[in-house]
Amino acid sequence: MSTQEHTVTYIHRDDIGARMGMWLFLFTELLLFGGMFILYSIYRFTYPDVFHLAAKELNTIIGAFNTAILLTSSLTMALSIAAIQRNQKSLSIFLQFITIVLALGFMVNKYFEWGAKFSHGIYPGSDVLLSKPAGEIIFFGLYYVMTGLHGIHVIIGIVLIAIMMRFTSKGIIKSDSYVKLETIGLYWHLVDIIWIFLFPLFYLIT
Amino acid sequence: MEKKQEKYLDNSHSYGNYILVWLALMALTAVTVAVAGINLGGLTVATALIIASVKAYLVLTIFMHLKSESKIFRVFVAVALIFLLVSFILLFSDYSFIVRN
Repeated sequence: MSTQEHTVTYIHRDDIGARMGMWLFLFTELLLFGGMFILYSIYRFTYPDVFHLAAKELNTIIGAFNTAILLTSSLTMALSIAAIQRNQKSLSIFLQFITIVLALGFMVNKYFEWGAKFSHGIYPGSDVLLSKPAGEIIFFGLYYVMTGLHGIHVIIGIVLIAIMMRFTSKGIIKSDSYVKLETIGLYWHLVDIIWIFLFPLFYLIT
Repeated sequence: MEKKQEKYLDNSHSYGNYILVWLALMALTAVTVAVAGINLGGLTVATALIIASVKAYLVLTIFMHLKSESKIFRVFVAVALIFLLVSFILLFSDYSFIVRN
């Protein structure tokens, strides 16, 4: 910061440090989900045929649709930062709003997807599921835990982006100070990356 | 400050660039769904993971700005990913010995 002058209005800012802090947090998230991917790999290796059959019960179309929704929400998030960089405040707020709408759409799909499974009696601990072979119980256990944990991340993301919308409208996030929006963007893109791996591993086993 | 503004308005932070990356991500999603219908035997998982990795690379470099960030960020992410990979390799090799015995 070479711009430090003898003015009373100088406020210390460390945007690089803020982004680095968010990246460090994202690395811990990587380990959290990484451990689950290890579990998934070992059980898929142990029960290849059962995983194959169980995955057929998942709705590939809803899965692919949700992938498209999440990728698009990542785009609108990136665009909202580009907009605030260009001092287009209302466009940035609009794009953040679209991001939230898409994230809610993702969760609504998830609700219908899980709801259909529940109505078939497939949920953790149900009699229908427990009567199935061990591999299938594990497949659905992993499915509910991993997509559920991902869903919790999406809900947290929705809340955070809503707060960013308020910050942007109040002028706390502005064209020369938008690191808050950037860090939430980083978090949102990580949620997207996790889904990029979850989708083929659960929905596309052939 | 002026220079900083210019840097953000360069190609990697442009609306058009983001939309291009988004189109590539959507196309790769379509490819991964289409390829899943073809039986490639043992290569099925590998294909899905390679496509997912390409998509993750695009998100990391463009959407998450790693391409335009200072070098230290790329070093950090590389170190984190290498450690994740090492833990995967160690665990799988350990597991393969357990299975064999």
